[in-house]
Amino acid sequence: MSLMTEIAIFVLAAFVGFEVISKVPTTLHTPLMSQTNAIHGIVMLGGLIVVGYANDPLEYVIGTMAIAFGTINIVGGFLVTDRMLGMFSKKPKAKPAAASAPAQVKDSDLDSPELPRPGAADDK
Amino acid sequence: MSLLAVLQPGGSAATALYIVAFSMFIIGIKRGTHPSSAKQGNMIAAGGMLVAVATTLLLNGIGNWGLIGLGIAVGAAIGAIASFRVQMTAMPQMVALYNGVGGGAVALIAWSELRHGISVGGAIPLETLIPTLFAAVVGSVSFWGSNIAFGKLQEVIPTKPLKVPGQQAINALLLIGILVACVDIALNNSGPSQGIFIAILVAAALLGNLVVLPIGGADMPVVISLLNACTGLSAAAAGFALDNVALIVAGTLVGSSGTILTMEMATAMNRSVANVLFAGFGGAPAAGAARGEERPVTSIGAQDAAIKLAYADSVVIVPGYGLAVAQAQHAVKEMANELEKRGIEVNYAIHPVAGRMPGHMNVLLAEADVPYEQLKEMEEINPEMPRIGVAVVIGANDVTNPAAKNDPNSPIAGMPIIEVSEAQQVIVIKRSLSPGFAGIDNDLFYEPNTSMLFGDAKKAASEIAAEIQNL
Repeated sequence: MSLMTEIAIFVLAAFVGFEVISKVPTTLHTPLMSQTNAIHGIVMLGGLIVVGYANDPLEYVIGTMAIAFGTINIVGGFLVTDRMLGMFSKKPKAKPAAASAPAQVKDSDLDSPELPRPGAADDK
Repeated sequence: MSLLAVLQPGGSAATALYIVAFSMFIIGIKRGTHPSSAKQGNMIAAGGMLVAVATTLLLNGIGNWGLIGLGIAVGAAIGAIASFRVQMTAMPQMVALYNGVGGGAVALIAWSELRHGISVGGAIPLETLIPTLFAAVVGSVSFWGSNIAFGKLQEVIPTKPLKVPGQQAINALLLIGILVACVDIALNNSGPSQGIFIAILVAAALLGNLVVLPIGGADMPVVISLLNACTGLSAAAAGFALDNVALIVAGTLVGSSGTILTMEMATAMNRSVANVLFAGFGGAPAAGAARGEERPVTSIGAQDAAIKLAYADSVVIVPGYGLAVAQAQHAVKEMANELEKRGIEVNYAIHPVAGRMPGHMNVLLAEADVPYEQLKEMEEINPEMPRIGVAVVIGANDVTNPAAKNDPNSPIAGMPIIEVSEAQQVIVIKRSLSPGFAGIDNDLFYEPNTSMLFGDAKKAASEIAAEIQNL
C-alpha cells in the first residue's frame, strides 16, 4: 500500500471517528471509553506479526510481551465493557416491577437466567 | 502449518478480512452510543477483533506458534480474571490499566520494528521509521502515564498534585531531547543506533510520569481519556510502520473518538484540556484561608434525618464517589424504597462527573437496581431544586460546592454544580468535614439549612432506612 493511500485512509478514519461518536448520553461515556480502549488493543496484531516472523531471542521476548499486553487490553477491555453494559440492559425489565413492588426487584432480577452477569455474585 | 497459512500478507483476501473487521468496529462504536444497542455494539466490536486476530494468524509465513499461544494465553487469563474480579467502583482504574498495557504493547512493537529494520540491512525508509518513532514515544508516554493515573485512582500514589520545581521546563527539555534524538535516528536511517532508541523510550517514560504526577486525582478521568486517544493514535502509527490497514483504521478511530470524549469530559468540568494538563490544580489554594476559622456546622443523627426525610414531599439523592467507596448503593436504594412506600417522590441527581468518570455513577446505581427514570441529569434537576423538600448528599462534595457559583476566586469557580443549597433542606452524609478530591473546603456544610450526618455512607443509609420504618 502506498504511503498516500495510507494517509487517505487515516484521514477518512479520523472523520468517521469524529462523526460516529458525537451526541453520546453522559451515561454511556464510561462504557464507550472502555470499548474504544479495547479496540486499540488491536496493536496485538503487531505483536503477532513480530513474533510470527521473528528469529532472534530478544525479538521473541519483546514480541511475546507485546502479544500478552495487547491481549490483556482486548480481553479485559471488552469483558469489562460488557459487565458495565449488562447493568443497563436489564433496565427495561426492571421498570414495571419497580413500580409495583420495589423491594422485590433485586432478587428476581438477579435470578433472571438470560443475563449471565459475571458481577452478579458481588451484588448481594 | 502450511495448511493454516493460506493468506498472503497484504494480499486481497487478508485485506478484505481486515476491512470486515474495521467495519465491525465502526458499527460497534456507533451502536455503543445508544443505551438500547450498546451491549450489542460491544459484541460486534469484539467480533471484529476476533476476525482481525484470526486473519493475522492465517497469514503466510507466521510461525513460532508456541510463543504466540503463550502470549495469548497469559494475556487472556490476566484480562479475564481482572475483569471478573474488579469492583464497579474501581472501573476507572481498570480502564487506565488496560490502556497502559495497550500503550506498552505499541512501544514494544515499535522497538521490535526498528530491530527488524536494522537486521534487514540498508536504509530504513522514512515512511516506516517516522511512524515507528512516533509509536515508540507516544506508546511509552501512554504506558507510564496510565500507570500513574491508575496509582492515583487506586490511591497507591497520593492523589494530590505532586509538583517538582521547574516542572514545565523539565518537561519541555525532555520533549526537545526526544525530538532531537528522533531526528538523529531519522537522519542516520541507514544505521540507526539502538542505544539512542532505548534512550528515547526511557525519556518518554519519564515524560509520561512527569506529565501525569502533577495532575490532581479529580482530573484523572480527563487524563485517562486523553491517554486512551493517544494510545489509539500510536496504534495507528504502528499500522503505518507495519503496513497494516486494520491497525491504521482502528487506531485512528480510537484516536478521534477519544479526543471527542476527552473534550466532552473537560467541558463538563468547565475546564479546557490544556488547563487540566498544565494547571496542576487542587490542594493548596483554599486550604489556608478556610482552615483558619472554625465555622459552625449543624450535626444530626440518623433519627433526625429520618424524620426530616419522612415528612418531605420530595427527596433528591445526590450521590458521589464516597457512596461508591462505601459500597452504599444498595443501602441507599433501601432507604429510597422506604421513602417511596410513604408516597414520597425520590429522584437521584447525577452530576456529569459524579464518581470518577462521566457515567460512572449511573453504572453504580444501575448495579443497585435504581430505576433509570429516577436518574436525573444536572440540567434537569437544578431548576426543580427550590421545590425539593430534602436534598440528601451522600459522599459527594465538590460537585455541590456553592463556591463554584459564588466565589470567583475559588479554584473550581465556574464548574457546573448541583445546586442543592437551593433545596429547602439539605442533609450531607459524610465521614468528616475534610475537603474533597479537589482539596478545597465546601461552603455548603456551613449553610443554615444544611445538616451534617457524620458517618459511613452505607451504615448511615441503613440506619435511616430502619428509623423511617419505625416511625
